[in-house]
Amino acid sequence: MPKHELILLKNMMQPGYTGSLKDYEKTGGYQALRNTLGKIAPPDVTAMVRNSGLRGRGGAGFPTGVKWGFLPKDYQGPRYLCCNADESEPGTFKDRQLMERDPHQVLEGIVLACYAIGAETAYIYIRGEMVLGSKILEQAIGEARAAGYIGKNILGTGINVDVWVHRGAGAYICGEETALLESLEGKRGLPRIKPPFPATHGLYNKPTVVNNVETLANLPHIINRGADWFAAIGSPPKSTGTRVFCVSGHVKRPGNYEVPMGVTVRELVYEHAGGMRSDKPIKAFIPGGASAPFLTPTHLDVKLDFEHVAAAGSMLGSGGVTVMEEGTSMVWAALRLMEFFYHESCGKCTPCREGSSWLVQTLRRILAKRGRMEDLETLSDLCKNIAGRTVCAFGDAEVAPIQSTLHHWRQEYVDLINEAEAANLIRLEPVGRP
Amino acid sequence: MTERDNVTFSEKYKHEIADILSRYPVKRSALIPLLYVAQRDQGYVTESTMQEIAHLLKLTPPQVYETVTFYTMFNLKPVGKFHIQVCKSLMCALVGSDTVVEWIKAKLGISSGESTSDGLFSLSLVECLAACGTGPMMQINDDYYEQLTEDKLDRILADLRSTGTSPLKSGPFMWPEPVAVNGES
Repeated sequence: MPKHELILLKNMMQPGYTGSLKDYEKTGGYQALRNTLGKIAPPDVTAMVRNSGLRGRGGAGFPTGVKWGFLPKDYQGPRYLCCNADESEPGTFKDRQLMERDPHQVLEGIVLACYAIGAETAYIYIRGEMVLGSKILEQAIGEARAAGYIGKNILGTGINVDVWVHRGAGAYICGEETALLESLEGKRGLPRIKPPFPATHGLYNKPTVVNNVETLANLPHIINRGADWFAAIGSPPKSTGTRVFCVSGHVKRPGNYEVPMGVTVRELVYEHAGGMRSDKPIKAFIPGGASAPFLTPTHLDVKLDFEHVAAAGSMLGSGGVTVMEEGTSMVWAALRLMEFFYHESCGKCTPCREGSSWLVQTLRRILAKRGRMEDLETLSDLCKNIAGRTVCAFGDAEVAPIQSTLHHWRQEYVDLINEAEAANLIRLEPVGRP
Repeated sequence: MTERDNVTFSEKYKHEIADILSRYPVKRSALIPLLYVAQRDQGYVTESTMQEIAHLLKLTPPQVYETVTFYTMFNLKPVGKFHIQVCKSLMCALVGSDTVVEWIKAKLGISSGESTSDGLFSLSLVECLAACGTGPMMQINDDYYEQLTEDKLDRILADLRSTGTSPLKSGPFMWPEPVAVNGES
């Protein structure tokens, strides 16, 4: 049996569990909803979530209860909940599993969140490619509506929550919450300048909360078992609960593993994911999706929680752990991620739009052994001029692979450039006239 | 995919359009969902349909066009009956996606961005599709195909040619699959 207690993956780990309403109800599903709606005051639900220490599972790790608390209390008009299911961070594939294997767990979380924030409409913004996931969710919504868990007058309490699935159409940036809102409004997915924040000016300029799928899926459990129970799991006080880590790359058994926050990368890779595929040592890993800086084997005993990973110079992000074995070219790896960011840059901010293209070209040149030493300076300089100079966090994310590989494996860049110079591949004319 | 007949888009999908519009308090939100309906109808989004959608949502045609061109999933020109999209991001590349691309190129005789002469297959290289633990992988039309091997690829292509679908497509995703007794201690 798994070493740690499963929370989110518990149902689906039972062989034969289909994720239907019937199956979900058999495991105690929708009990939290029954015990909450009309019985616990919405501010108390928010307080409970705040006390549980639950933090966003999408990447930024913002405390969920605090986020809800930012909604204006006296505002009478409509409010919205958006479930961020635009799972696009390279290395991350947990939300897909949560939605496709146990959709009602997510839906129950959505209705609970709507109740707490006073929203009557929720949109699940699912990435466009996940056609199967959107069909499964729509079917589950149909089941829940027929059973009175979603729709008008839920379980006779007079509370209304409608849930709609809205498919994106292939844009990584729409996972950024304000770009998601723009996209949901039928526009290009360009991030908004903040402030104002979605809590006051969100979807259609109305108070809005955007929460990740995994974040919402935790809510029924927090309600059922209490904030104190949740707050004791993982790495309290700041990183509570479990994470569904997505392990990919050169491991024997890649996949989703739910563990309490605070386990080490070593445990995750060697105990859960079966170790390295060809028993070569680890050369590098990314702890939290493509936006998280690379770490080295010296960081294998870093605890996977928000604080420890940040202290090690990276970020826990979306929980996508990608492992690379000895022999992997770090310049190549950085280029592969940089090509992703270049492709996905939305084009709104000049440093990111122009810089990403420049970075890709420079890396390609170095990898093709046509680089020169001053390219390293160019790379660092470009990174410095992108990070922190864009409307959204994409700019900080896209420089992470380059800055971290340049920091830890600078020699690999230098070697490629030396090879280029030795092979006399570069014939640069001196600037100016002799 | 059906041939465009004389019935207009808004007449043909009257009920579906009304249903979609009912979900949003602001009409423009229905834009992407309606574009999907249009693409399902014809395989790509035509200029006349975009104009019709603009009219339906009380937008100008450029407002529709600026949205369409932002998103990679809308085709503005016809693609093959089976649109193969191979993930090329780092996580899949670590486990051999470049090799898969070479296989497909050799087997179909097309490069990325091209279609076979019979109009059956198109190939695109795309970025991360959120299946990193089960790479290398590809998406063909609406379906994911994961943990690809050359043998599996051959069977998928043969299935698509003969029946138009393949049982090798992914079902509801979970990896690793649950087992009754877990081997790890």
